[in-house]
Amino acid sequence: MERDVTLIAFFAALIAALGLIPAIPLGFGVPITAQNLGVMLCGTVLGARRGALSVLLFLGLVALGLPLLSGGRGGLGVFTGPTAGFLVGWVVSAIVAGLIVRHWRGVSLTVSAAVGALVGAVVVSYAFGIVWLAHMLDRTLVEATGMMLVFIPGDVIKAVIAGFLTASIYKARPHMVLSRR
Amino acid sequence: MISLTSPVRTVAHGWPAGVKLGLLCAATVGLYALSDPRAMAAVVAVVVGLYALPGRVFLRTGLGRLWVLWPFVVILTLWHAVTGALVEGATVILRMIAAVALANLVTMTTSLSDMMGVMRALMRPLRLPLRVTRAVEIAVAMVIRMTPVLLEKGLLLAQSWRARSMRRANWNIVLPFVLVALDDAERVAEALKARGGIATDEANRHGT
Repeated sequence: MERDVTLIAFFAALIAALGLIPAIPLGFGVPITAQNLGVMLCGTVLGARRGALSVLLFLGLVALGLPLLSGGRGGLGVFTGPTAGFLVGWVVSAIVAGLIVRHWRGVSLTVSAAVGALVGAVVVSYAFGIVWLAHMLDRTLVEATGMMLVFIPGDVIKAVIAGFLTASIYKARPHMVLSRR
Repeated sequence: MISLTSPVRTVAHGWPAGVKLGLLCAATVGLYALSDPRAMAAVVAVVVGLYALPGRVFLRTGLGRLWVLWPFVVILTLWHAVTGALVEGATVILRMIAAVALANLVTMTTSLSDMMGVMRALMRPLRLPLRVTRAVEIAVAMVIRMTPVLLEKGLLLAQSWRARSMRRANWNIVLPFVLVALDDAERVAEALKARGGIATDEANRHGT
């Protein structure tokens, strides 16, 4: 129980810290915040249940008024703004990523974690985000998708990085990758 | 950790957090019932007036927190200018600004402890076991305590990378960063267990 609670809390703190450290340059020199990389790792490392609880805890603290989102944002305003759907999608994306890593054993952990992160963070999270964005801005789903297309390549790169990171974490601390247990 | 509650004391700081959240829900639902841009502009004017009441500092902070919406305002304005539906666009833009501004207003006038009181009240009807509510409280405290600690360790990792390399730290520092967090989590879990663990109070209550 204690280990589960501390891991859930530390990963919530990790999501916050990854959003608050200066933007990390990916390939092509494009600096991006690593906050949703933290969300991906919640699912691929902690597994579906603990990963989702960690993201929920993080979002709960943001809603309570802590400036934990990248750029020091937080409070209830982010849940009534146009990007609120992505935040809700983060919880489901951690579940999906965790389930894929747990049940898809026929391939290397790098592949299953990268695919899990990709399906979770790009497919699921964007589905929630785009539906809310379309509703909030009174646009069609196609138009809302068009507005978000520019962010997808960065998130695909982050999903691949999440795959490599999960496999490296498994090599260094195998007992801590709970998604594979 | 600093919360987003405004240090400028307002009358609304003394109102019960549950009432403010209820009013916010009702106001947000009400915004979607309005479709006239003039009515929506009046709502935004009232909200700006609410921000202005406590003074210039509060107003400036409040408006500064709306700045994140500018990309959406630009995109929507351009879109509606092209499609020739500027009136419809104005309604959507004003609704978005009003919804976010009202929610930010509640955050700025409600302390973290009051918000946690609401969270506790919402959890009460769920009748969760004591160890679960204790676990939630400990987890919340741990995130608030550990975020600055991890942030500092992350910045140290980036600095040590810079000391060894001509290039800026890239995503390679995320791996040691996660490992540091995992090791710290393990040590804190051991310390928590050594002090009786999360379920201690419940065990004592039941005389075990």
